[in-house]
Amino acid sequence: MKKLGRTGQGYLLNTIIIVLLFTAAQLVTAAFGGEGSFKLVLVPSIWQCCYLMILAASLNLVLGFLGQLSLGHCGFMAVGAYTAALLSLACERAELFKDKEGVVFILVLFACVLAAGILSALIGLLVGIPALRLKGDYLAIITLGFGMIIINIINNLPFCGQDGLAQGSAAASLYKNGLGFGTKSKVEFLWAALLVTIVSVTLMFMFVRSKYGRAIRAIRDDEIAAAASGINTSYYKVLTFVYSAFFAGVAGALYSCANATLSTSSFAFTNGGILNSTFIVVMVVLGGMGSITGSVTAAVIMFFINYQIKNGSWVDSLPAAVQAVFQYPMLVYAIVLIVVIMFRPRGIFGSYEFSLINLKRELKAALERRAAAKAERKEARSNG
Amino acid sequence: MAEKTPALETRKLGISFGGLKAVNDFNIKIYPGELVGLIGPNGAGKTTVFNLLTGVYAPTEGTVILDGQPLNGKKTYQFVAAGVARTFQNIRLFRNMTVIENVKAAFTKDVDYNLFHASFRTKKFWETEKKLTDKAMELLDICGLADKADVLASSLPYGRQRKLEIARALATDMKLLLLDEPAAGMNPTETAELLECINTIRKRFGVAILLIEHDMSLVMNICQRIQVIDYGQTIASGLPEEIAANPRVIAAYLGE
Ligand SMILES: Nc1ncnc2c1ncn2[C@@H]1O[C@H](COP(=O)(O)OP(=O)(O)O)[C@@H](O)[C@H]1O
Ligand SMILES: [Mg+2]
Repeated sequence: MKKLGRTGQGYLLNTIIIVLLFTAAQLVTAAFGGEGSFKLVLVPSIWQCCYLMILAASLNLVLGFLGQLSLGHCGFMAVGAYTAALLSLACERAELFKDKEGVVFILVLFACVLAAGILSALIGLLVGIPALRLKGDYLAIITLGFGMIIINIINNLPFCGQDGLAQGSAAASLYKNGLGFGTKSKVEFLWAALLVTIVSVTLMFMFVRSKYGRAIRAIRDDEIAAAASGINTSYYKVLTFVYSAFFAGVAGALYSCANATLSTSSFAFTNGGILNSTFIVVMVVLGGMGSITGSVTAAVIMFFINYQIKNGSWVDSLPAAVQAVFQYPMLVYAIVLIVVIMFRPRGIFGSYEFSLINLKRELKAALERRAAAKAERKEARSNG
Repeated sequence: MAEKTPALETRKLGISFGGLKAVNDFNIKIYPGELVGLIGPNGAGKTTVFNLLTGVYAPTEGTVILDGQPLNGKKTYQFVAAGVARTFQNIRLFRNMTVIENVKAAFTKDVDYNLFHASFRTKKFWETEKKLTDKAMELLDICGLADKADVLASSLPYGRQRKLEIARALATDMKLLLLDEPAAGMNPTETAELLECINTIRKRFGVAILLIEHDMSLVMNICQRIQVIDYGQTIASGLPEEIAANPRVIAAYLGE
């Protein structure tokens, strides 16, 4: 057998760990699927974390790796969410599946996820080609505008506005039909959410660790030098924007599964909850611009903070003033961001990628550095 | 014997910024393997010529012809594809990337795997990446940077940053190399190393080099031909000894 190099070992190790975790999740779900808090709290939380991770990682491609400020990421998510919801409802009405059962339903589920990504990517292409000619603030304004416009467009489409989908509101019909999962289905299809997330994050990771990642980081660092090194800057910018939009769409599809209601106001810029384009920017900056693993971590951290300040029982025991602050979650995120930036200006991870295979080596190096610094200080003290 | 195609030819090249003619009626021919110097006082328009030769600026008059191919209206990456590479007067590295990544980024246009290969880490992906690493190390070796392959570009000392720019330019597999004041701010040892590096490049790759340099003695020493510009106009061109004796050049350098 050919001997695996260090990279090969790393890939093997990661694959094994992921498969083990995935299997463990399956077993745990099978064992505790019916339990109250598992079903009512943990599983929905995992669903939410899943799409937040994909969202953060996908925005990081544009923000951290390509270095372009895009403030309309939620717009792409909305496109994905509505695509998946509408497509699944159409399939149900065509009687392809019934009661979310059978192999066909699983096929429809994945087809919806894929379709959500593709439509979102197409819209990303339409927006990206003109928008990416602009830089910095101008791009931010255009993408911000896009995020608002897309919400209005969806609101006014005859088949998905307030009266669309079935009779009655879109939200109500989603809950029982198509992809709108109740608690039981969320447990049952947890594996699908995990699978989509793992595949998405892996694909993005492969993207940044290839010629594409090198090209876009070069553009971020110096666009003129990148062009002078033969990189077709417009092409790689648009490609990255489209790739990022694709995964935002995929995240949207997961969102439409995980939520009983689907309403455009959840994707609006003014939405004070966890889902708005600025919140995703905060996740990316917090985790580290240019670190996929950082984004994934930050998504979980931000979810946890968001969950705790809204549902944590400890909140009640806090002074009234603090509780008042918690009424404005965005304020709390801002504070968290400021605190992190004070201590780690480049985000928690910076551009570092967490890797199991290098962990031991890096820990050892860090400990050695620390010991050396300590010894130095000691020496300085004894001399001084 | 038929005449060789020049690596670079310009015809009546010129550009105006508003009312200012930064470069006017600039004509030059450089053949493969030649080392030509472009000199002139500060603000004469030398860097602007380089920007015209790489498509950073679109000329208001005239044509750039690279290896027989006219490049009107093309973008910078297309100029590079046609065979020109450059370094910058004020260093422009990919600062947050490692030294070897800086070089590998410049291979991008010649890497022929696609998103599928990258996503699924096919055999082709690994083989290509391995080849890139080997080629990058070779170039770093020529520029004396092999020992620094994995450090961040921004952490290199000044002289070595300039060399990394050259290594990165080499990675584009060019026929014409444009060096914009490569020895600026270098100490004598670094300058000597740089000259050695330039010589190796000429021998090894047989490329044409157009060199902007402030240090007259350096230019006189290594260039086969020299072209002098002042206020965007060519005021002299010829062999080093002719240039050194040219009264207009002396006047331009000493000031009227
Ligand atoms: N983008 C630009 N816009 C306006 N003027 C410019 C621009 N680029 C260069 N110039 C002008 O062209 C002239 C030549 O500059 P440059 O080519 O940098 O000189 P140097 O010979 O020192 O490299 C200068 O007067 C400069 O101000
Ligand atoms: Mg200059």
